[in-house]
Amino acid sequence: MAKIFITNREGEQSEIEGEIGISVMENLRDNDYELEAICGGQCSCATCHIYIDESWMDKVGPRNDEENELLEELDCVQPGSRLSCQIEFTEDLDGLALTIAPDE
Amino acid sequence: MTQTIIVVGAGHAGGQAVATLRQKGFDGRIIMIGDEPYVPYERPPLSKAVLAGEMELERTFLKKAAWYPEKQIDFRPNTLVTSFDRRAKTVTTSHGENLAYDKLLLATGTRVRKLQAPGAKLENIFYLRAIDDTLAIQKQMKPGAKVVIVGGGYIGLEVAAVAVKTGCEVTVLEGLERVMSRVVAPEVSEFYDKVHTDAGVVIKTGMAVTGFEGHGKVERVLCADDSSYPADLVVIGVGVLPNVELAAEGDLAVDNGIVVDEYCQTSDDNIWAAGDCTNHPNSLLGRRLRLESVQNAVDQAKTAANAMCGELKEYAEIPWFWSDQYDLKLQIVGLSEPGDEVVIRGNPADRKFSAIYLRHGQFVAINAINMIKDFMAAKKLIAEGKHLDPVKAAEAEVALKDM
Repeated sequence: MAKIFITNREGEQSEIEGEIGISVMENLRDNDYELEAICGGQCSCATCHIYIDESWMDKVGPRNDEENELLEELDCVQPGSRLSCQIEFTEDLDGLALTIAPDE
Repeated sequence: MTQTIIVVGAGHAGGQAVATLRQKGFDGRIIMIGDEPYVPYERPPLSKAVLAGEMELERTFLKKAAWYPEKQIDFRPNTLVTSFDRRAKTVTTSHGENLAYDKLLLATGTRVRKLQAPGAKLENIFYLRAIDDTLAIQKQMKPGAKVVIVGGGYIGLEVAAVAVKTGCEVTVLEGLERVMSRVVAPEVSEFYDKVHTDAGVVIKTGMAVTGFEGHGKVERVLCADDSSYPADLVVIGVGVLPNVELAAEGDLAVDNGIVVDEYCQTSDDNIWAAGDCTNHPNSLLGRRLRLESVQNAVDQAKTAANAMCGELKEYAEIPWFWSDQYDLKLQIVGLSEPGDEVVIRGNPADRKFSAIYLRHGQFVAINAINMIKDFMAAKKLIAEGKHLDPVKAAEAEVALKDM
């Protein structure tokens, strides 16, 4: 198992044991974090927006093209912005730290 | 005394509602009743990734099966609610049980509209709404199979895209003069017609299906113009009907959907409704409507769950939808109407363009094809009631948000 450290929209911190091989979005959803993820991981809606902690940005890697276009139009986009449905959670990401972005 | 909330329906709205109820701290009893064997799941992938065999079933589940008992949610699969008594505040299930509620949520959704035509009950004629439908279609959708799709809407065309990629011979029979006519502009219909045709799908519009022939299994689809189409399997996607019978029998107000207010409350103080089955007001659109969409199901379920916990937050969202066919991401915001002015941004030949709908100059809807930025900008601009100059709106090199 590998850990994910999460800061929710209220600024509260918590950690979960992440499931490997599914997306970060699915991990957040399965653990009842408030996150819309309306399109269910199809990269169609930008409602699973998170900020990756700066120290993890290289390891998580860059946004894909479609994801980038969705994110760039959000008001609260930041350098660490990602759509959590587009990140597969792997062993390499053990200890990943992220913050759930506000609902727009 | 412990309160009991009963949720009738375990689709997207039902699933979202129970999650929100627990998130809000409702610690009473929750019973969720669904007629399918599965926990609530996402339906959109059923005609796309799941049908194509690219997505495991479990990944469509809104929450894992184990989540429900963990959260003390009494989930009753394979169960129908056959009647309810508003005065006694009880529901009766198909297993003959009487269950008492303090508050009731009707998330009964829709069912497919069935074609009433000779031979419509032959084997290998399918509709697509639930997981089991997809699994049954998948089993027959082998390379080389002749697939006839009745209805050129979202479902029909998404199935056509998967079937032709699987190596099937695919024919789509659409009753109206163009595909997706209910939801997109003529230019967009024309574009999708061409994309499917180029992919090898035969699209016939203006076709009235009159019946099906075969020995046990379907072999042919018959049309009003005396043409017929050989078929190993048929998938029918001609719309859905709201499940309002239960509400109507309980004497709740029903008018093309269960009538609710902006907080998803029905005409009974203890009963709410959410999702595809509701006729609801939307102050952003300035009218009542019934919608078939995931966004509406999720947002209304939250509104209803909040209201059931005593927190009144008005439901008012600009509707949005999406459809994936081939490499094309179609995203729709707003509701267009006949008579709206349509402005095309970009070039369909580039497989990247938008159709913008203006009503007396006001931006009311968009069909964005591989135009993600337009989609995102449109969500905001349409909600703001922005007016656009049609000439300027056509300039694809100028970002919508800068207009």
